[in-house]
Amino acid sequence: MSLDDNVKRSADAGVAGGHHGDVMALPEIESFRDPETKAAKAHYDDADIYRDEKGFNEHTLRPMFFTTKSYFIFTLALGLVMAQGLGFFVYQTFVGLGMAGIHEPVYWGAYIATFVFWVGMSHSGTIVSSILRLTQANWRRPILRAAEAMTAFSLMVAGLFPLIHVGRLWRAYYMVPLPSQRMLWPNFKSPLMWDFCAINIYLTGSMTFLYIGLLPDLAVARDKAIAMGNWRRHYLKVLALGWRGSHREWSVYNKCSLFLAVIILLIAPSVHTIVSWDFAMTMTPGWHTTIFGPYFVVGAIYSGIAAVITLMITLRILFNLDDVIRKFHIDALGKLLLVIAIIWTYFYFCEFITNWYSHKPEEWEVMAWQGHRFPYHLMVMLGGSCLTIFCLSWRRFRSCMPCMFALTLLVNCGMYIERYLIVVPILSRRDNPFMWTDYTPTITEVGIIVASFAYFIFLYAIFIKLFPIVTMADVKEGVIVSGDVRLGRHAVRVQVKE
Amino acid sequence: MKSFNYKKHNDYSWSMIIDLDRCNGCGACVIGCQAENNVATVGEDEVGKKRNMHWLRIERYIEGEYPHVKVRFLPMMCQHCAQAPCESVCPVYATYHNPEGLNVQVYNRCIGTRFCGNNCPYSVRYFNWFDSSFPEPVNNQLNPDVSVRERGVMEKCSLCMQRIRRGKDTAKDEGREVQDGDIQPACAQTCPTGAITFGNINDHESKVYKMAHSGRAISLFEEKGTHPAVKYLKGGTNDVIG
Repeated sequence: MSLDDNVKRSADAGVAGGHHGDVMALPEIESFRDPETKAAKAHYDDADIYRDEKGFNEHTLRPMFFTTKSYFIFTLALGLVMAQGLGFFVYQTFVGLGMAGIHEPVYWGAYIATFVFWVGMSHSGTIVSSILRLTQANWRRPILRAAEAMTAFSLMVAGLFPLIHVGRLWRAYYMVPLPSQRMLWPNFKSPLMWDFCAINIYLTGSMTFLYIGLLPDLAVARDKAIAMGNWRRHYLKVLALGWRGSHREWSVYNKCSLFLAVIILLIAPSVHTIVSWDFAMTMTPGWHTTIFGPYFVVGAIYSGIAAVITLMITLRILFNLDDVIRKFHIDALGKLLLVIAIIWTYFYFCEFITNWYSHKPEEWEVMAWQGHRFPYHLMVMLGGSCLTIFCLSWRRFRSCMPCMFALTLLVNCGMYIERYLIVVPILSRRDNPFMWTDYTPTITEVGIIVASFAYFIFLYAIFIKLFPIVTMADVKEGVIVSGDVRLGRHAVRVQVKE
Repeated sequence: MKSFNYKKHNDYSWSMIIDLDRCNGCGACVIGCQAENNVATVGEDEVGKKRNMHWLRIERYIEGEYPHVKVRFLPMMCQHCAQAPCESVCPVYATYHNPEGLNVQVYNRCIGTRFCGNNCPYSVRYFNWFDSSFPEPVNNQLNPDVSVRERGVMEKCSLCMQRIRRGKDTAKDEGREVQDGDIQPACAQTCPTGAITFGNINDHESKVYKMAHSGRAISLFEEKGTHPAVKYLKGGTNDVIG
């Protein structure tokens, strides 16, 4: 069935549903941009922009082929922020890790907190996209690519932090299990070694997932680039692997992406569990707890989904994609965020309540010390749980774009502080009271961490200009596989599986 | 199950006993250790940031309210745990257990993840935050038997490994086992009150064996299950000050 047929049928459905006064004409484009109108809800799936395929391609590829001056200024600014971070990093490498504020016994500081934060962010994209793929949530379609790209880039940023953090960067390759003249095999009993493997596997997996999902869209972009004579044709020709869109290619593609979605869904929770084991497998009071595995995974998905929402709203505004990424999508993601927020809140309080109840002296000391950081905890509680749960319960809040943007940023601030509170105060109050100290990050650490955020945004900005950011193939598929079923006088929109 | 004191499989199992009743906190052992093991001096600012490198430190605990104050001293160094938490977490085997019951640090393997330091309940592992400097006259007193560590590696008390080696070599040349007094770590040699005793706990005639079974012996943080090779003879009846 062709796209045109579908559009015709959907127009009929609109008539049958009796939503419009004017029986013959399709509703105006503007009306679709407001989810509050009934017409937009009825037609949300295959609305005006999907009416002609060419126009849709043109529209969604526009961010890729059309670049404004302000984009260059923005990336240049990001480059400057990255350059200062690089400067600090090079200086730290040549002078010594003493440039950071860490000292005995707080051997892990803001670097590791940031590492955990970025690994957490990476759990948004791929896991959300694979869950939504497997559950066949139809609203997932436009957001998949942006979310998957986020996974890959935040993992790339996260992977830098262990390297920034080690004392002898030039010997970091000792971690790699290479049979070599060194006659040294890494210690697979160490959680850091598991971590090293997990991050690498996840990076490979999510990159593959991203790339396989890109294939059909790359082909569309390639055709357009060749037609335009754009320089992008050179790499697009290679990367699109000669995709023609034949029946066989589609069937292999569908099988492959389903398979990858299942695999990723298995890998992703294990990755953050292993990151949590960097802490939980030690005998440090406050870290040594069984709750860390699920707590970290939920926290990761939580901050990840919040970041996806932030990103979607940004893309929507910057690239004028408000007819592709709709308020409906943000609303649906908001509901998902609400569920995760409730689960995360449970874990957050669970950690304290168990400590408080057992009242073991060494753990209680950590708790008491945490109490000195009450403002931070207040921020986590507000941003992470209470305020979020309260706000997200309101439908009007969820479909208010500036509110959601602010709230999701607040969630991620809260989650960053939460990671910091897990790493630092616990190390400040170790078993040996003679060594109790405090820790404050230095300018070197702050500079490098700020640069890591700039690096992430920079990677994303580059990606948008080199690859199609909207999952065009999936959106079109959504139009094709959905149809109307007549129930008496009403037409109901359903997904039809082939 | 690992034999905790390496009794059955090896001739030697090194142990150190520290008599807390004899320790008056003078700190001579700290200096002795520093001179013997080329421990870096980091300067006032860095010490203020808790980055001092002393492999052996005197922990001072003050009990009670003025004027009824008691001061207790506790010399603290690597406890050479039989079940060492630091060993299992090192991703590159930079720290491992040698057959004589010592927890050994291999500087050349260390990449500086500092995971071992995080997992040590005694906080006795030290990190080289910067390259250590030994300006002109000081470089002449560097011990040629001990390497000077690069920046970015962990280091800690080795129970004067170089002296143990020399003691074993001498005993071997003379065709006998190592006896009490053959080996003396720098701290034990320096201690004016003789609070520190070193020896082979597998030898039932040795001083350390007798002291370890005297009923006064305790291990620090025993509840952690680390089974340290360093043991303390508990004190506290004599008041050092006040």
